[in-house]
Amino acid sequence: MSHQIISPLPGIFYRKPGPGKDPYVNEGDTVSAGQTIGLVEIMKQFSEVRAEFDGVLESFEIEDFGVVNPGDVIAVTS
Amino acid sequence: MQKLLIANRGEIAVRIIRTAREMGITTVAVVSEADKSSFAADLADEVIIIGPAPAGLSYLNHEAVLKAALDSGSDAVHPGYGFLSENAEFARKVIAAGLTWVGPSPESIELMGDKSRARRAAIDAGVPTLPGTESALQEGDDIDAIAAEIGFPLVVKASAGGGGRGIRLVEDPSQLRGTVEIAQAEALGAFNSSDVYFEKFVTRARHVEVQVLGDGETYVHLGDRDCSMQRRQQKILEEAPAPGLPDAVRERMRESSVQLARQAHYIGVGTVEFLYDPISHEVAFIEMNTRIQVEHTITEAITGMDLVREQLRIAAGEKLGLTQDDIHFSGHALEFRINAEDPDNKFMPSPGLIKTLNLPGGAGVRSDFGFIAGKTVAPFYDSLLGKIIVWAPTRELAIARAKRALDESSIEGVRSTIGLLTSLVGLDDFAEVNHHTKYIESVLDALGDTE
Repeated sequence: MSHQIISPLPGIFYRKPGPGKDPYVNEGDTVSAGQTIGLVEIMKQFSEVRAEFDGVLESFEIEDFGVVNPGDVIAVTS
Repeated sequence: MQKLLIANRGEIAVRIIRTAREMGITTVAVVSEADKSSFAADLADEVIIIGPAPAGLSYLNHEAVLKAALDSGSDAVHPGYGFLSENAEFARKVIAAGLTWVGPSPESIELMGDKSRARRAAIDAGVPTLPGTESALQEGDDIDAIAAEIGFPLVVKASAGGGGRGIRLVEDPSQLRGTVEIAQAEALGAFNSSDVYFEKFVTRARHVEVQVLGDGETYVHLGDRDCSMQRRQQKILEEAPAPGLPDAVRERMRESSVQLARQAHYIGVGTVEFLYDPISHEVAFIEMNTRIQVEHTITEAITGMDLVREQLRIAAGEKLGLTQDDIHFSGHALEFRINAEDPDNKFMPSPGLIKTLNLPGGAGVRSDFGFIAGKTVAPFYDSLLGKIIVWAPTRELAIARAKRALDESSIEGVRSTIGLLTSLVGLDDFAEVNHHTKYIESVLDALGDTE
């Protein structure tokens, strides 16, 4: 069963907590419900993007520093 | 200076373009993909797209900005505020490329950017400072003893922080070691330096600041401002002069700020920021900002000067051509920051298409906006749409004029701070100067919905 992680906000998606840091999670990693997988920045405010279910992060649909619109799929877990 | 590249966006880009045009200087706007049809782009003589929407790939991209400057034949770069304005490395690159940097020297930027070095420079110049460590904590320091001498509550500040960032409160000795460790780790992560220092914490403070101006030989102050109305540690309503300061305090603040600029061989406009304790009437240095500030407009209103013109003149190598005796202060000015955000929902950003934008008119009213109706507020950048500035002969008349001007103002398409600001300026606590930097949080619920 695959789940889509959707951005409720417009902004910029970041896979890392900061420059020079490791990504929160890589494709193929196991994730648990509530785990942070990235950040969306809207007008200098950062919101964490979280996995909704336990599973494996299959793929990111938005690249690091990518622009997101509300409803866009950020990642897919299974 | 024939051709000026503006390495910024929004209202400050518009502000700089306006003065440059009045001076006969050709303007080049650099924009991200998201800003290619911005109001600033409409006004500039030339527009160069330097990268995609994320600021890290456009407005903060040194090489892209420099390439635009060289390709367009610009001979000067104005960084505005934020973005690259306090980046010494970028300033060096601009200068190395043979261009004029509209700002202080990279050395001045570095000195004031390192908050513990800046504090040391302030002490040396006779600027009042809070009890605290004179420089960054060193390995092996007895931090318990140092903290006990300063007293609690105190704050642990990151040397490379500033602007309200990188600060942690310690209320009693039991929290000290743990907080220092967290603060050092955070500082290393956020600012690439684990240096931290201690400063006494003032529970209820006002934020006051002094505008200074210098050409390397002559130094003047352009009076003070109060910026105590803040939300999330960011200013939202400012006024000049700062109300209700004892004369001796105001004088000491102004004189010592000029002295700090002089001792630092500072060039251009700068702002020395202070905490003011309205109970003890003491002021204490916070930091010096080495750029034009958002709220420079209220200083312009009470002095009749154009601060961007002064920046451009001094950067071009001209002398100040005036002394302190030539600066005359008149009346009182208020500035209201109109942000695209929702005060009724934790100041949540509110991007979108501006359908209508009605700005106030009449005597003593100025509107500096980065947007006009029909433009879209992108979700990628700061929420500041623009500022409404009012001037009147007295503070009381300025408040009355501000209420009138804000009542005339409306925006459709995005939520804004107009309603909140209308409520704030009408409060007795504001009239009586009972507000402080945590005031908005304390009254937000009582104000009710602002729309």
